[in-house]
Amino acid sequence: MGFAYFPHTDEDIRAMLDKAGAVSLDSLYSDVPEDVLFKGEFDIPDAMTEMEIRRRFADLSSKNRKLKIFCGAGAYDHYSPAAALSMISRPEFLTSYTPYQAEVSQGTLRYIFEFQTMMSMLTGMDCSNASMYDGPTSAAEAMLMAMSCTRKKKRILLSGTLLPQVLQVVETYMGFHGVGLDVIPGKDGESDLASICRELRSEDVAGVLVPGINRYGIIEDLSGLADAVHDAKALLAVYSDPSSLAVIRTPGEWGADLACGEAQSLGIPLNAGGPYLGFLCCRQEFVRKLPGRIAGETVDADGKKAYVLTLQAREQHIRREKATSNICSNQSLMALYVTVYLSLMGPQGLRRVNDLSYGGAHSLHSRLLETGLFTDAFGKPFLKEFTLRSRLPVDRLQKSLLDKGIFGALSCGEDLVSFCVTENRTEEEIEQVVDAALFCHLDICRDIVNDKLSPDHEILR
Amino acid sequence: MSKIIDGLFYSESHEWVKLEDGIAVIGITDFAQKSMGSIVYVDMPDEDDEVSRNEEFGAVESVKAASDLYAPVSGTVMEHNGELEDDPGLLNRDPYAGWIIKVRMSDPAETSELMDSAAYAEFLARQE
Amino acid sequence: MKYYDKLIFGLSKERRIGFSLPENSWKDRADGIPANLKRSSPLDLPQVSEPDAVRHYVNLSDMNFSVDTGFYPLGSCTMKYNPRISEEVASFSGFSGIHPLQPAESMQGVLRIYSELSDWLCALTGMSAFTLNPFAGAHGELTGLMIMRKYHLSGGDTGRTRIIVPDSAHGTNPASAAVCGLEVVQVKSTGEGLIDMESLLPLLDETVAGIMMTNPNTLGLFEKDIHRIEAAVHAAGGLMYYDGANMNALLGKVRPADMGFDIMHLNLHKTFSTPHGGGGPGAGPVGVTENLKHLLPMPAIRKRDGTGEYEIAMPESSVGRISGFMGNFGMLMKAYTYILMLGKRNVRKVGPYAVLAANYVKESLKDRYRLPIPSLCKHETVFDGLAACSGDVTTLDVAKRLLDYGFHAPTIYFPLLFHQSIMIEPTETESKETLDAFIDAMKKIADEALTDPDLLKEAPHNTPVRRPDETLAATHPVLVYQHKP
Repeated sequence: MGFAYFPHTDEDIRAMLDKAGAVSLDSLYSDVPEDVLFKGEFDIPDAMTEMEIRRRFADLSSKNRKLKIFCGAGAYDHYSPAAALSMISRPEFLTSYTPYQAEVSQGTLRYIFEFQTMMSMLTGMDCSNASMYDGPTSAAEAMLMAMSCTRKKKRILLSGTLLPQVLQVVETYMGFHGVGLDVIPGKDGESDLASICRELRSEDVAGVLVPGINRYGIIEDLSGLADAVHDAKALLAVYSDPSSLAVIRTPGEWGADLACGEAQSLGIPLNAGGPYLGFLCCRQEFVRKLPGRIAGETVDADGKKAYVLTLQAREQHIRREKATSNICSNQSLMALYVTVYLSLMGPQGLRRVNDLSYGGAHSLHSRLLETGLFTDAFGKPFLKEFTLRSRLPVDRLQKSLLDKGIFGALSCGEDLVSFCVTENRTEEEIEQVVDAALFCHLDICRDIVNDKLSPDHEILR
Repeated sequence: MSKIIDGLFYSESHEWVKLEDGIAVIGITDFAQKSMGSIVYVDMPDEDDEVSRNEEFGAVESVKAASDLYAPVSGTVMEHNGELEDDPGLLNRDPYAGWIIKVRMSDPAETSELMDSAAYAEFLARQE
Repeated sequence: MKYYDKLIFGLSKERRIGFSLPENSWKDRADGIPANLKRSSPLDLPQVSEPDAVRHYVNLSDMNFSVDTGFYPLGSCTMKYNPRISEEVASFSGFSGIHPLQPAESMQGVLRIYSELSDWLCALTGMSAFTLNPFAGAHGELTGLMIMRKYHLSGGDTGRTRIIVPDSAHGTNPASAAVCGLEVVQVKSTGEGLIDMESLLPLLDETVAGIMMTNPNTLGLFEKDIHRIEAAVHAAGGLMYYDGANMNALLGKVRPADMGFDIMHLNLHKTFSTPHGGGGPGAGPVGVTENLKHLLPMPAIRKRDGTGEYEIAMPESSVGRISGFMGNFGMLMKAYTYILMLGKRNVRKVGPYAVLAANYVKESLKDRYRLPIPSLCKHETVFDGLAACSGDVTTLDVAKRLLDYGFHAPTIYFPLLFHQSIMIEPTETESKETLDAFIDAMKKIADEALTDPDLLKEAPHNTPVRRPDETLAATHPVLVYQHKP
């Protein structure tokens, strides 16, 4: 029986074996020790037809529950334009290799150049690379870069208000790299700038990483931080949600040297966590230490405008163990997605996305407070994500939401819960969140009446 | 054949040193620039940075290669050649005019460990 | 492919829009953000209509070479065909809307794919457990080395800070080792292109964490001494790391665990046929033997005992978190589909057909291109430039001329062991007719190198752009679009 992806007929195989001077396919492995050749049966399924595969995926798909997403925490349910999905399905983009052969890769190189330009515009920085794996790894790379730019320094500072997964990934990387790392706990829901500045006095710090919008959804006020970091001859990196940068103060405007973060918020579907893409932007003076691929403009032999991967002397295939980073690929196709997305949205569309998210989030915020079941955790400005103190037990609140097909009230420690609203959420869905909270309250009261819970329960106070 | 100039000191990593009133002017040799190809960037230390003999003080980069620079002598950087920022190709066109850094030496005796032009010529002959 | 000279910025006109969003009917809008926290600089993103944007990107795509338009003889990259069914199922809506932090109960379909794919990769490699979190091969290497280091450290063995890497290794190997805080010790190759045992043995002491190997190596040669290497490394207390970049040669034939490897990564975008996407996203799952299982990064997906349900665990013993969530799930679905399409019988032919194609090309070209190591190769073969030419025609010229013939260039100047390396990996999905056409083109180029060397030196001639000035690009980098006044 043939197989759709193996084009060789028996006759072809015979002819090729003859030319190769081999008697059989097995003899092509005569240089492999006999005891290493696998003779058993592989414990994987029998081949399926496309029809069977479709059925299997329909079945697998039915085991997932499509929920209304009121959670952010580093992955956002923003609107995905049909044209962006369509463009990344173009086979000439989808099935092409890394654009090392510039002459036949101008399509990829041009969109990377456009991507770099757009990310620089959003972050207010001078330049960008062609993308990184995801937000948390871009933060780790930013810190490695800070050390490379400050040469001998080997300590970094992270704000405790960064998303937990960002802290964890940076900690993992730095731990193995032999770098001193201090997480400075947040204060009143924001980065503790005074403590960070105190730590900087020791002058051994290479880089400082703080969020633009933090894990509680708060838009941080980073006034004065850049000056303090620069006085200590360190680099400031701001971890940002690029979608928000259409309306909030940019890393460039805060005086940052590096901007990193997760660009999934630019319309990429949630997709159970990937593929997404990270970004890393910097000021001009640091560009030769920027990790990853970078496209640049030049001319060809005829003087025509052309694009190439450039500044390659930074990269692993040339520097080997002395490279800025071990990164080899980028999330190229996702960079294309983001480029098409930003082209379609333009400044007005991105502002509209933020207006709708802001409006919806502030509406949910006030309606939840009106129930009396929540109090504001920090009372600080937010965009689309906010954190409340819940008087309802967090697990029961989450369950009531799930019963209505809603994923929200993500636990942020103790009685803190966060919600996120994007333009994909409707007024009706927001109403359902409030209803679920009220229902949860009712359910708890019922348990108290039915003696399942103590009448001293906090909810009655 | 690579060009070698009399009166300079040379290191095995192909840097040259010219002494000017106790100041070491440092660059890369003609052999080094030829083996690099078109130089596109020179990574140089800043004024007041310390450099130590046989330790990295920067790098030269071409399109497809990068080569670290090793200090032939120890001391304090007084100046780096700002001209190379705009025109790194100077190192290809005239490697002995295109100096990279000037160093106030902390131990002038270190030059005795470097080669003179004849020794360097012999060293290159063995390499080639 | 034709030349198209626009950037999206050039199509922009004030007030054009390409989005479809409702008007804001909420009471509040983002103007409510306090002034000192607001963006104050203008945002010059392009303003284009959807038809203009679509036409622009389709025109850009037309300047690209791709697997779907032609053959890539690209060594060490395994540019095989990417099945369409994988693309279809990966876009099923039942997966695209899943938030990665959703409760495990609400994403059992996702977790089952994750778990089954891990099991199948174990079956195909002989490893005991896989994490699918790493985003790419280099990310897998880093993860694997973290596991290696943590293994030694958690046993109280703090002195193992060196890693042995052959001089023929991919550049990512030493770079990953350096990021992981390991000192790289290079081991030489013999004249036959294999690891030099005489050089290796003296390096093995109590400072060595392990060795990173690609087998077959980057010359496409099987390291025949694998048993001796494995025994010596293990005897010295080190671990064996397998760089799975060349796994396509062995798929269905040899399992890395059976060669004595303890840790390995796979490149799903190579061996398991997920599309390269112009340089990513890929996926670099890491597999380990039983005694290293507890060190795999978190989150870890597990089958709950007896229930048939899957859960997401955060094991304390793990090396830590190396990715925001659970890897490039979309890519995992495609590899999962590819394995299902192949099935247990066809999978046995992947390696042999790939090796057959490489040896066929090798034998067909060896008269015209210098073949430094004539022995049986595995999935790829390395030539050291033209056997004969007039003037100074280089490997670069051959590669560029090949573009004129409608083929992608091979991998060139790698491995570094030869000065004029041309590395060719044909894969199992190319027909004999395609290989013959490629061989013909390579022979014609060898003829041209004798009769008309300038034709090669100036190639390519009929691509959208000709050789770009890379020196200019790197000396005076222009990395973002400059608005023309």
